[in-house]
Amino acid sequence: MMLFRRRSDLPLAGDATSRFLPWLVALMVFLAAMAVAGAFVISGLMERWDRDVSGTLTVQVIPAGGDHAEAATEERVRVAVEVMRKVPGVLAVKAFDKKRTLALLEPWLGNTDMVQDMPLPRLIDVTVDSDARIDLGEVASRLARAVPGASLDDHRVWLSRLINLSRTMQWLAVVVVVLIGAVTSATVVYATRTGMAVHHGIIEVLHLIGAHDDYIARQFADRAFSLGIAGGLMGLGLALPALTALGWAAKRLEGGFLPSIGLPVLGYVALALLPLLAAGLAMLTARLTVHGTLARMP
Amino acid sequence: MRHRPRGEDIIRFDSVGLRYGLGPEVLQDVTFALPSGSFHFLTGPSGAGKSSLLRLMYLGLRPTRGRVVLFDRDIANTKRYELPALRRRIGVVFQDFRLLDHMTALDNVALPLRVRGVRESEIRKHVPELLSWVGLADHLGARPSTLSGGQKQRVAIARAVIGRPDLLLADEPTGNVDDHIAMRLMYLFEELNKLGTTIVVATHNEGLVERFAHNPRLHIEHGMVSRVT
Repeated sequence: MMLFRRRSDLPLAGDATSRFLPWLVALMVFLAAMAVAGAFVISGLMERWDRDVSGTLTVQVIPAGGDHAEAATEERVRVAVEVMRKVPGVLAVKAFDKKRTLALLEPWLGNTDMVQDMPLPRLIDVTVDSDARIDLGEVASRLARAVPGASLDDHRVWLSRLINLSRTMQWLAVVVVVLIGAVTSATVVYATRTGMAVHHGIIEVLHLIGAHDDYIARQFADRAFSLGIAGGLMGLGLALPALTALGWAAKRLEGGFLPSIGLPVLGYVALALLPLLAAGLAMLTARLTVHGTLARMP
Repeated sequence: MRHRPRGEDIIRFDSVGLRYGLGPEVLQDVTFALPSGSFHFLTGPSGAGKSSLLRLMYLGLRPTRGRVVLFDRDIANTKRYELPALRRRIGVVFQDFRLLDHMTALDNVALPLRVRGVRESEIRKHVPELLSWVGLADHLGARPSTLSGGQKQRVAIARAVIGRPDLLLADEPTGNVDDHIAMRLMYLFEELNKLGTTIVVATHNEGLVERFAHNPRLHIEHGMVSRVT
């Protein structure tokens, strides 16, 4: 009973669009996967940075000058530690000695031998209760009165700039995905109109024997969906190794500036949905295009 | 079948005019009515407007002016989404057959039923039966490109009548077949007519019209339609 096998009334399988559309969707899904993964990675980094710096303060003590500079600086650090320990809500205060300070600079400067004798500011790491409401302005003034040249940094300025940059990049990723969707839609519109022009005679026969517009539109939509899903899976298949390679390259970065750029589970879910979204977009676009074109027929 | 009582108008044209684009009117002030269950020939020389008139009747065109009433529906006031239901009550045999080359004869004939959502079991039962009746039992799986002109014509006619239409419009249905097949097709149309289908056969074959002279004739010339009895 092969004579009665289910088939499309329109011979769309042989169209030129069947050859180029999957590759185009593959490229679009590849680019969208990069943008989506980028957005998730940036979001993860922001959370990580926010978590790392919230609950911490850094006191910077300017080194003293004069004949007994080293001892005077040590005294300034001791006083600053005392002041900070008395602040309600402070859980721990830890002064970094010069060796530790040089170790912190090493990833940025390389060999620190040449800066050993320079008057480096001393840092005090302060851990505070995240829930405590500390008047940082008042603490900073108290510190400045007790220790000349001491300053208090809660990292907020640095972090807010970084977060602003990250948010901008996330929005950029969203814009990229929207643009990719628009380009995909425009291509599907073009491909569908071309297909309709090629099969105009068949469409007219279907129309005249009483086919509803949606009967014809569904056939184009089904075809667009299957081409879209094939292209989407190809694109995802290309994107996953590329992302894995990027992640591997990032792990090799020194300095710990990018602590981890692993994708969260939600990120993988979003990537897995991309082929389906691309196919759905192609299907919807094809359907609307056919309806729009058929509406001009009597 | 939803045939109407014989005698009521199934289609009515009132002062209908048609022009393509900005060209001259190819149909002018066409006024006529076809009673349900009637059999009419539509005659006239080539280029007189027979095909244009048929296209208006099978809703392939909208008139430039005037009123077309089909199955009691004024087409000008009928919503676009309602038109497929009216088209399904019309069977059309196109002059150039318009068979779908990528489909078998069987699938071509089954097309109007599939469009209506008829079950495959029904299609399996009725389509081969009808193709056998028009002498194509051995060609169910044949593609149109492998069929002769006459065979194509019979497939086209089978496709037009498979849905048991209320109105059958045939544009030069005997143009590509020999006399024997032409007569057989005409008898098929008469059989359908006896079952209640309103038939309009456009032809310039005067011999055929003479042979079935008991049927009235609409004659079209220079875009004007007159009734010849």
